[in-house]
Amino acid sequence: MALLTVSGLGVTIGTLSPLDDVSFEAHKGEILGLVGESGSGKSLTAMAVMGLLGRIGGRVSSGSILFDGQELVGLRDSSYRRLRGKRIALISQNPMTSLDPIVRIGAQIDQVSLLHLRLSKPAAKARSIDLMQQLRIPDAETLHRAYPHQLSGGMKQRIVIAMALAADPDLIIADEPTTALDVTIQAQIIQIMVDLVRARDLALILITHDMGVVAQACNRVVVLYAGRVAETNTTQAIFASPCHPYTASLIGCIPSRDQAEGTLLGIPGTVPGVLNYPKGCRFHPRCGDAMQVCARTVPPTTAQPTGSVACHLHEVVT
Amino acid sequence: MSALVSLLGLTRDFSTGSGFLKARRVMRAVDDVTLDIPRGSVTGVVGESGCGKSTLGRLVLRLISASSGSVTYDDTDLGTLSPGAMRKMRRNMQMVFQDPYSAIDPRYTIRRTLLEPYQVQRTPLPDAEARLQELMSMVGLNPDLAASYPHQLSGGQKQRVGIARALALNPSFLVLDEPTASLDVSIQAQIIALLEGLQRDLGLTYLFISHDLSLVRYFCDQVVVMYMGRVVEVLPKARDTPHHPYAQALTNSHFEPDPTRRKQVQILKGEIPSPFNLPPGCAFAARCPAATPLCHSDRPALESASSGHQIACHHPQG
Repeated sequence: MALLTVSGLGVTIGTLSPLDDVSFEAHKGEILGLVGESGSGKSLTAMAVMGLLGRIGGRVSSGSILFDGQELVGLRDSSYRRLRGKRIALISQNPMTSLDPIVRIGAQIDQVSLLHLRLSKPAAKARSIDLMQQLRIPDAETLHRAYPHQLSGGMKQRIVIAMALAADPDLIIADEPTTALDVTIQAQIIQIMVDLVRARDLALILITHDMGVVAQACNRVVVLYAGRVAETNTTQAIFASPCHPYTASLIGCIPSRDQAEGTLLGIPGTVPGVLNYPKGCRFHPRCGDAMQVCARTVPPTTAQPTGSVACHLHEVVT
Repeated sequence: MSALVSLLGLTRDFSTGSGFLKARRVMRAVDDVTLDIPRGSVTGVVGESGCGKSTLGRLVLRLISASSGSVTYDDTDLGTLSPGAMRKMRRNMQMVFQDPYSAIDPRYTIRRTLLEPYQVQRTPLPDAEARLQELMSMVGLNPDLAASYPHQLSGGQKQRVGIARALALNPSFLVLDEPTASLDVSIQAQIIALLEGLQRDLGLTYLFISHDLSLVRYFCDQVVVMYMGRVVEVLPKARDTPHHPYAQALTNSHFEPDPTRRKQVQILKGEIPSPFNLPPGCAFAARCPAATPLCHSDRPALESASSGHQIACHHPQG
């Protein structure tokens, strides 16, 4: 059974509806990739699951978020507070801003288990150092007393991961965890997260725009475009035989190992903003396979052997 | 192929301001770089943040002055030119910046931005409107946008304006400093395709600075790998296999958008050394799996291994 089931999720901010009918499942021991370009609604989805939409004046307008059998939509803030950090943890994009610059990093990790696991101070410290060692942070005892500015970006991101793990969560949402990091460091952090999911039977939602990271790490993929799900499938199927033209174009935007010169195309036009989402299929103005119907009606989501796609090309003719 | 631009022992130091109690500290951002940039080709510079690749780009155009060494453009030593002569020279060599949001003046219309180079260079332009139209269509911009301001344009369109401005005076050499790093992948591929077409049609020479290995492999002829301000390897063809352990680590850290080619990441040990306090030997020695005592004491020189291939390593791999 899925640990997290999001179905028909819609989000509104004021009069805008940036997210529309988003559905997916996250399973234990699996990495789910949430992929899309800027403005596709990746981070908004994460905020909806974390119950943080209120902070930006947004709210869930439709659908449900079922976490381990519990409905999260409409949950009281006090109940949410017991979930956040304890059972659902967030790793945000920029490790430079997710740590408090004037608090020792050890204290920042400790406070998670002090609060959520009600450990004693020495026990919390021992637990933090143990976690830091598991994340291959060298000289963990010394660094426990260090301040964030004394660490490199990759090391800071490991501290943020240690904080996320401190209360033994079941679900971790990582929002572009390696975007701010160099490639060699990115590779290390991704490897660490893949190992963690296996070792701890975690469910991890990995939000990224990097198809290389998706191919390397994810079990399943949800492709978002302009606030809707274009396609979901296993990673193998997404890359081997993408159903949605957007997925295919997105993969085609990264030059492959032996791509011939002059064959890189990109996708014409730009990603629409929430104020000017096109009618019908939101990808149709940029789509090479667009038909008349695409400009008129929203494509229904149809099942595929291992996933689903929302495209008129794959509509079942009855 | 003859070299259009030649760098000889190019070096640049930066120092932190000395205070009453603080000693002046010097870091060498670019260290003794000697390189030929062949006419009509694309030379890629790769490396992680802080390796000196952007500083190198600025030195080549003399946007900042070198601490020592020289830049020769078409047999003219740029260091010997008077400021006036250097300004004249600049019409031949232009730059496209990483962030199109800050590289063009928000209070100038596109028209004014694109015609400004002619005023700066005091170049008469008999038919400004025709040239404007020509420039805009060259970079795939609708000429109707000439009266618009940057805030009315998308990121991709702004970068096209940046490219058009660089091309205004018909230069033969462009430094492209991560021109697609702040763009979405679908737009990134458009811009690379545009740069590729312009290079072919106008016979331009590019210095392409990037941290993205799949772009470099696709787009470049010769590739220069930098680490801590030094060139560690020069590959005559972008798709050649690197032999320097650092260049190999970079390649190994790059994830292919192909789930059938997942890799086990070899985690580099050790930390990036402080640029203020570089070890006497090879800067990579502390993290290198193949390092010997020699590497810690003696700095390897950049030497030719085979035709066009240069490497600075005591123990080249594979």
